[in-house]
Amino acid sequence: MPSLPCNTIDVDAPSIVQTEPRNIIRAFAVLGFFAVCSLWSFAIDHRYIYFSAYLWFGFVYGMSLQYGRFCMASAIRDLFAVGVPRMAVGIMIAVVLFSLVSAYVTVAGKSTFHASPIGLYSVIGGLIFGIGMVYTGGCASGSLYKTGEGSVAALLVVLSLSFTQVFFVDAGGWLNHLVPASWTESALAKGLPATVTPTDGWYDQFLAGYVWNLSAITVGEWLEFKNPIAAAFLGNSLINAIIPATLILAAIYLGWYRKAYLRDLKGGYHGFTTELAGYWSMVTASKRTAIAGLILGLAAGLHMWVMQGLQQRLGISNAGELLLAMGHASGLSIQDTVFDPGYFYITTQEAQGAAWVLQKLGFNTMDSIFFGLDNGVPNPLLNPVLWMSVSLIGGAAVMALLNNEFQFKVPTLEIATWAIFGGILMGIGARVGMGCNIGAFFATVTNGDPSGWLFGLGMTIGGLIGVKFFNWWIERKMAKEMSALDDF
Amino acid sequence: MAVKFEKTGEGIYLLDVQGYVCPHPQMYTKKGMEKLKPGDVLELVFDNPSSGESIAAMCQADGNQIIAQEKETGKSTMRWRIRKS
Repeated sequence: MPSLPCNTIDVDAPSIVQTEPRNIIRAFAVLGFFAVCSLWSFAIDHRYIYFSAYLWFGFVYGMSLQYGRFCMASAIRDLFAVGVPRMAVGIMIAVVLFSLVSAYVTVAGKSTFHASPIGLYSVIGGLIFGIGMVYTGGCASGSLYKTGEGSVAALLVVLSLSFTQVFFVDAGGWLNHLVPASWTESALAKGLPATVTPTDGWYDQFLAGYVWNLSAITVGEWLEFKNPIAAAFLGNSLINAIIPATLILAAIYLGWYRKAYLRDLKGGYHGFTTELAGYWSMVTASKRTAIAGLILGLAAGLHMWVMQGLQQRLGISNAGELLLAMGHASGLSIQDTVFDPGYFYITTQEAQGAAWVLQKLGFNTMDSIFFGLDNGVPNPLLNPVLWMSVSLIGGAAVMALLNNEFQFKVPTLEIATWAIFGGILMGIGARVGMGCNIGAFFATVTNGDPSGWLFGLGMTIGGLIGVKFFNWWIERKMAKEMSALDDF
Repeated sequence: MAVKFEKTGEGIYLLDVQGYVCPHPQMYTKKGMEKLKPGDVLELVFDNPSSGESIAAMCQADGNQIIAQEKETGKSTMRWRIRKS
């Protein structure tokens, strides 16, 4: 290999990285920018603290995701493509921890979570999303943190999935012919305002004529626990999160980890004790991932607590009320609301950002239920949830800089094509599934909502389909490279 | 930059996947390792940090040995040598 200035590294060693001086300055510059945004906005109006809360949690998410290389796409894809269970294990750890924190937050009366309707749409949306995220190389949150690492390919994914969502929720025309008559009738019967044209547009009728008719319930509610502590901890956390995660980890151990563990075992096989040790070895195999999972789980729960606390303090139930009170009426939905989940979310605020750009270019995006009735299209500077996405990128950038991993990387045409195409699938999948790997899976399964596991099932199947295709694609390319060599 | 796979010596092969993001580096590495004979060495060049952890875990699971790891100063380019078990 050519001789270049290099450092020998051990990728498995604990991360004690000698940060280059210029990267320390850059990291502080990014941190300083967000600090100035927070302080300046607070100085203008103390109610901007609501925005800052989203901002700083987003920053923590970004740092944690980058540190642990947390990516749902990696969890599914690497498991099937290269037999590496590291990220799948990390995700399950985060699910267990967040579920416990969420249960605590719920019992304390600070939860902002609302269950999603339970239906087949979650599996279908997850499937489309899962295929897309394998093609792009990252899930929705993964693409954001990789943007923070300087990846222009990841930025293309974010842009592609953002704009796709806007076009998809507004698409009508020939797509209306694909809508079952029952959906159209049901949407019409809802008596929705004419401005959102509820019977024109596939997605409007999907929402109003199908999804809204489904039941939404958490496991704690379904089991009718009278005691709220039992409902939250036993129903939502134990039954909906911990038990499934433990079983999934057991399956991963048996299918992907056990063989290599027993192969390298010293001291002999002692039955169940050895298997338990192997299971624990798998859980603790990647310290970075485990630490990131722990931080994410804690932060996500604390996020809900803080947002609910701020809502109570400010006397609001939605950021739209806050914006109105602050004198910003533009871009709100006809219900005077904006998207304000009160917890970690990704795709909807990205769609809002894209919709705002398209509004400026003359497109009317407010004639859909998604924007016009529910989420609004506020100015990005006045969209608190979008502050979270931007700061997530910033937090990831800071962590990447501190690890000397930040580098602007312009993609090849091939990678750019995958990014855009995969992003389109992710955008469609996210809207059909009512969220992404975070909003439709991570946030739901950890709050007792079984619909999250349906989305997760779809994502897994979609990931498998994506991996099958990539196996073929890469096999083909490698065969071409190797054909010139006599050895193969 | 396209993927490059070439022989650089007796039993030594170079796989250059710079410019590729997940899952390309790890999948190309897996495909490349599958083609090698035991004892052969793959010199891997990549610049996607998150692929590194997957590749390291893959090597451990398959019993292949990472005999050298280098990172270019000031860049995210990494050069590894992996011996097939």
